[in-house]
Amino acid sequence: MNISIFKIIIFSFAIFFLFIFWQGLKKNNNYDTKRLIGSRISNFQLIGMNNDDQYISEDNLKKNQFTLINFFASWCSPCRTEHKYLLNLSNKKIKLIGINFKDKKNNANNFLKELGNPYDFVGKDVDGKISILFGVYGIPESILVDSNLTVIKKIVGPIDQTQYDKILKLIQ
Amino acid sequence: MLSNIGIGLVFLVLILSFSIIYKAIFNLETSGQFIKKNIYTLSLFQTTFTILCFFTLIIGFINSDFSLINVYENSHTTKPIFYKIAGTWGNHEGSLLLWVNILVIFSYLFLVFNHTHNKKFRLYTLIFQNILILGFLFFLLLNSNPFNAIYPIPLEGLGLNPILQDPALAIHPPLLYVGFVGCSIYFSAALASLLSGYGGKLFAQSIKTWVKISWCFQTLGIIVGSIWAYYELGWGGFWFWDPVENASLLPWFAITALMHSLIVLEKRNTLYFWVIILCLLTFILSVTGTFLVRSGILNSVHTFASDPSRGIYILLFLSLMIFSSLVMFFKKYKKETYNFNLKSRETFILANNWFMAFFLITVLIGMLYPIFLDVLTNVKISVGPPFFNIVIIPLVVPFLFLMAVGPKFGWIKSQNKILHKILFLILSAVVINLFIFYFFGKYSFLSNLIFITAIFLILYLALDIKELINKKSKLELPRIISHLGFGMLVFFIGINYQFSLEEDFNLKVGGIKKIDNYEINFKNIKIKENKNYKAVIGKFKIINNKNNSVQYLDPEIRIYSNPDTLTYEAAIKTRITSDLYLTMSNVSRSEYYNIKFQNKPFMIWIWISAFMIALGGFVQLTLKKNEH
Repeated sequence: MNISIFKIIIFSFAIFFLFIFWQGLKKNNNYDTKRLIGSRISNFQLIGMNNDDQYISEDNLKKNQFTLINFFASWCSPCRTEHKYLLNLSNKKIKLIGINFKDKKNNANNFLKELGNPYDFVGKDVDGKISILFGVYGIPESILVDSNLTVIKKIVGPIDQTQYDKILKLIQ
Repeated sequence: MLSNIGIGLVFLVLILSFSIIYKAIFNLETSGQFIKKNIYTLSLFQTTFTILCFFTLIIGFINSDFSLINVYENSHTTKPIFYKIAGTWGNHEGSLLLWVNILVIFSYLFLVFNHTHNKKFRLYTLIFQNILILGFLFFLLLNSNPFNAIYPIPLEGLGLNPILQDPALAIHPPLLYVGFVGCSIYFSAALASLLSGYGGKLFAQSIKTWVKISWCFQTLGIIVGSIWAYYELGWGGFWFWDPVENASLLPWFAITALMHSLIVLEKRNTLYFWVIILCLLTFILSVTGTFLVRSGILNSVHTFASDPSRGIYILLFLSLMIFSSLVMFFKKYKKETYNFNLKSRETFILANNWFMAFFLITVLIGMLYPIFLDVLTNVKISVGPPFFNIVIIPLVVPFLFLMAVGPKFGWIKSQNKILHKILFLILSAVVINLFIFYFFGKYSFLSNLIFITAIFLILYLALDIKELINKKSKLELPRIISHLGFGMLVFFIGINYQFSLEEDFNLKVGGIKKIDNYEINFKNIKIKENKNYKAVIGKFKIINNKNNSVQYLDPEIRIYSNPDTLTYEAAIKTRITSDLYLTMSNVSRSEYYNIKFQNKPFMIWIWISAFMIALGGFVQLTLKKNEH
């Protein structure tokens, strides 16, 4: 088999493709939420749910000692069960940011009107892109960050009494 | 119990594969024109045991034998029997067993039906096919065994994902599998042809039936998937350029190109190496698609079937396939000389190939670019319909034109007489298009071109049919049906796209909403208990003020219990001229429901056209039988 430039190109292409696929497989762990704890949030920007002109970014989060970012949607029934804990938290030394996940604006507003609005800011994530950044694959999910924007806790699924107590302990 | 029988059968098939390879290698050396009897026998046993193995799993599903993890995870006692059976291939492990079944069955049929062909070529094909079978059997045993047992035996299963409990989706995987896995046989045959030197015309004859069969099933499988998306996903669309849909299109482009260039190879004994490339590419793309879907690299409707750990294995196997193909191909490759007349039919068939290659590369780039970007730069993007529409649609114009004109150019040379006919038909198409444009609404310049060429193709083929009836020859019929189907498909998609009506609004029971000349009355709500779900059924009266017709639509919200899921069933009223499409979803804690109402003109014709494309292939298969 004599070597020609053409063959080398074809083989390199094949190797490149397969290499990317292989790397892609490893990449998959950005859905692994454990990795996120201890890492810092970057490129964070959130647009208000009811007003496109309103937005918050990293700088706003830095001012808070602790921030709980909560992903919710009106169509998500576990979100209802965790809501009372969020309402309790809203009186504590912690800022709450709600991210409305793949939802309709009207439904989300009705949801908050009915159950109460615990959030200091409600942002939207209509296509679920921001949630990918946080490794969210199902809601509800909540992420607790400190003033350095380091993730100190991640709660997959609804917040219950034990998780609630843990959060209180962490923000003492 | 069932677990042991299943695993036992898998091992038996494994041993048979090894012995077939062993016997075949020995048979290669011996003189004589015929393949030894015992190879046939072994192959027959292999096929029988593989099918039995699959039936064992089906029995597990029918009897809800939860001692199998696979049944426990994907079935439930309250499921209707039909979906219990369909559940067999509605999951990764079961579908892999179906995959192995098709590999084995095709292997056997190819061995039996090609007895007139060269012995060495057939033996090599058998060897390569069995290497593929072994590869997938090991995958099945090591990573995805459908017969894994669970203890203690659970009392109840977890249930099948409700959106998969649907007749179209029950037959979608088997169709696609015959289509995609069927390609394996001419992948093996292509490698065998390179090794044995059995090429040219005869090679084309040996594989053409198999190419046609897999093409027909791929086409059908893609259509059924699309129909399912139309009525089940509740968006009213039928093609989303979703990564998984794209993954299914890639081999389809390759195989369509292959079908056309095979004609040239058979008739003119040229393009041999190009045909070989396409044979190899079609199956490699099928496996690539499987890899992308099953490994979870791509996220889409099919993510239910994904798991990264499977990825490594399929990737390893894929690499092996690609490199062995490349090495063998370059070892045997010799430059061919082509001397085609520029106006001959071969040129037009090659033109088809260039278009197919272009479509393939476009879709490949659109599909892989986000993965590459993510791996190399950590940026996540998704490539959506705008990209594909911008790149692909303009090219459809010359493609349609050539589809009409190409086949009519005689082999090698042709006369200028056809030019008059073309000019006349283009003129007619322009007039018809002007008529639509003037009476029904305005659309862009590009849409005008699309309509004109689509109408041109339809008219051209209508004349072909007339000619066909005069000549009383059926030879051209399959081509005409498929090409006509394609022309109509583009035309009706265009019409549908331009003249669809879509409206999103909230309505409570008793409410009335007026849109254009439609009046939508929300009559009432009923709750119905079914075997495996509870349904909230709305009743809507749709009055069309234009012709005073009344239609009733009843969309459903289904609450499935195993597993707990909500699905929204669209209510669709299909008529010859348009589909009324209505979905309803609940707005939580409110008496209002969110309603999506659509009027989609000529929807049924899109399906009819698409089925015509596949029908052409099936007609050709039956024609061939009659000739023998």
